[in-house]
Amino acid sequence: MPKPIIESHDLHKEYRMGDEIIHAVEGVNLTINEGEFVAIMGPSGSGKSTFMNLIGALDTPTRGQMTIGGEELSTLSSDALAGLRNRKIGFIFQQFNLLPRATALANVKLPMLYNHDPHGDENARAKECLELVGLSDRMDHLPKQLSGGQQQRVAIARALVNRPDILLADEPTGALDTKTGHEIMALMGDLNKQGITIILITHEQDVASVAKRQISFRDGHIEKDTASTGDAK
Amino acid sequence: MTLLSSFIVAFSSLRANALRSFLAMLGVIIGVAAVVTMVAISTGAQKQVEDQISSLGTNVLMLRPGSRSRGGRSGGAATSFSEKDINALLQAVPDIEAAAGEISTRTQIVAGNKNWAGSIEGVTNDYFLVREWTIGEGRDFIASELRGGKVAILGSMTAKELFGESDAIGERIRIKSVPFTIIGVMKEKGGSGWGGRSTDDIIFVPLKTARMRLMGRDDVVRDYVRAIDVKARDGSDVTYVEEQINTVMRGIREIAPGAADDFRIFNMAEFLQTRNATTSTFTTLLAGTAAVALIVGGIGIMNIMLVSVTERTREIGLRMAIGARQRDIMVQFLIEAVALTIVGGIIGIMVGAAGTTVAADLGQWNPTINLDIVLLALGFSTFVGVFFGFWPAWKASKLNPIDALRFD
Repeated sequence: MPKPIIESHDLHKEYRMGDEIIHAVEGVNLTINEGEFVAIMGPSGSGKSTFMNLIGALDTPTRGQMTIGGEELSTLSSDALAGLRNRKIGFIFQQFNLLPRATALANVKLPMLYNHDPHGDENARAKECLELVGLSDRMDHLPKQLSGGQQQRVAIARALVNRPDILLADEPTGALDTKTGHEIMALMGDLNKQGITIILITHEQDVASVAKRQISFRDGHIEKDTASTGDAK
Repeated sequence: MTLLSSFIVAFSSLRANALRSFLAMLGVIIGVAAVVTMVAISTGAQKQVEDQISSLGTNVLMLRPGSRSRGGRSGGAATSFSEKDINALLQAVPDIEAAAGEISTRTQIVAGNKNWAGSIEGVTNDYFLVREWTIGEGRDFIASELRGGKVAILGSMTAKELFGESDAIGERIRIKSVPFTIIGVMKEKGGSGWGGRSTDDIIFVPLKTARMRLMGRDDVVRDYVRAIDVKARDGSDVTYVEEQINTVMRGIREIAPGAADDFRIFNMAEFLQTRNATTSTFTTLLAGTAAVALIVGGIGIMNIMLVSVTERTREIGLRMAIGARQRDIMVQFLIEAVALTIVGGIIGIMVGAAGTTVAADLGQWNPTINLDIVLLALGFSTFVGVFFGFWPAWKASKLNPIDALRFD
């Protein structure tokens, strides 16, 4: 029996922009189980970014429920959300978002700075993660001394360092050339095989096809979900 | 996130922008340096004055001829003091422990082949009692010498100048061609006298000898003394003693009620109080200067921290995304501001210490930097960092992580 890790029920998110209220997400029901590799697609304005912010516990819903790893978002304080992000979610961004003046190793260690549960040797853990992404020989390099693909690998190692349940990747190949993009996607595939849940936000069909399940957003709704239409592998 | 790791992060981010950090600190550096230098100088000056006064004794009253209104000494027979005045005071005012007359002059002294322009004081042994000044070597005057003996007691500095390290006692010096035998050397009193000369640069001779041999004034006023120094008993009300002396002296001098005194009494305790009042005014002024300097410095810090928060919006967004709480961000930026001001404060203290050394070389006062000033400067620096760093740090902590991550 697969165990759900993300569950949304009648999820709504509204923004106020001037006098206008924008319904970015309107009544989304979705369950993602542990170990899934999901691609979320959709044109801009479809609500996929808003939905991603909710999955990433960066935002709380206006109405409805969003449960991540058993924790209901709307009941959490800002500090509790920060703690949830720190322990359960690893973020991967299009622009890598590495600290420019910190070495690869220091960048990878960063999430442990905000982890309040003591967990042994931080250096060893960070090195382990860098080895996992194939950068054991680049630990003392600064981001500017690394290629785009290497920087994204550092970012992935950083996302993994606190042993999260979910990897949340927002256009992870968007700033990379096709070949490097494929390498990054292959790495994510390997990580998924090791059991980590991966949620990928992308607008490229090619990239999304690596995922086992594809969800398309349009106008704040789920337009298509390969799991429910029977296309899932 | 521990405080230590926060400080390490803060320092590395300051170092990455070394020039900008330095410029931002400049206000604090200049403020702290100015304060440290000025406080050091005023502390030194104050200490010097206190040393002078305490070398005289705080319960000492000094009578000098001449009225206050006329300013300078008027001299002349009518306003001179005599030894009779001393006896009258001792009888009339029981709170006087000792009173001593003195005659002073400056003249050339010859010792062997050395010439020395020295201060000569004609005194009795009571003078040493009033001034709480003891003989270091040798002895004080005996009764026969006090009737006109040609003997002298040297101040420690004069003894050193004339005879070096060798024993001065028994040696002879000539004052105005009159030979004197040295019978004693005073203990070192320390402190500089009025007008910059050392207190220890002095030669004491018996009062009567000075009057007869060195001044030639015995014929003008009998038992003439130029000045009278009075020591009030310990625990007595010095101001009350001063009033009594005033009454007695007015009586002796037959000054009509309402007429001005033709003598002056200097009260060291009062002088000290006046001095303290002046010092506290000066201190208030210094504190004001310090406050202005540190506010200016603080605004510089706030400005640079606001720039830093804006520049690092994406970094803040990232830190929030990976689990930094609002207070973690707040602490990070507060610590960066405090690190700036503390480093600025430390540099300021060093610059101030250098300035103090220069001031010590230029002036005759002796500026002192003590631990209090250093701690005060550091405390103020920290306070400025927290106070002026608070708003930028608060602003950073209130950023929305979603917007911050998308910030270009």
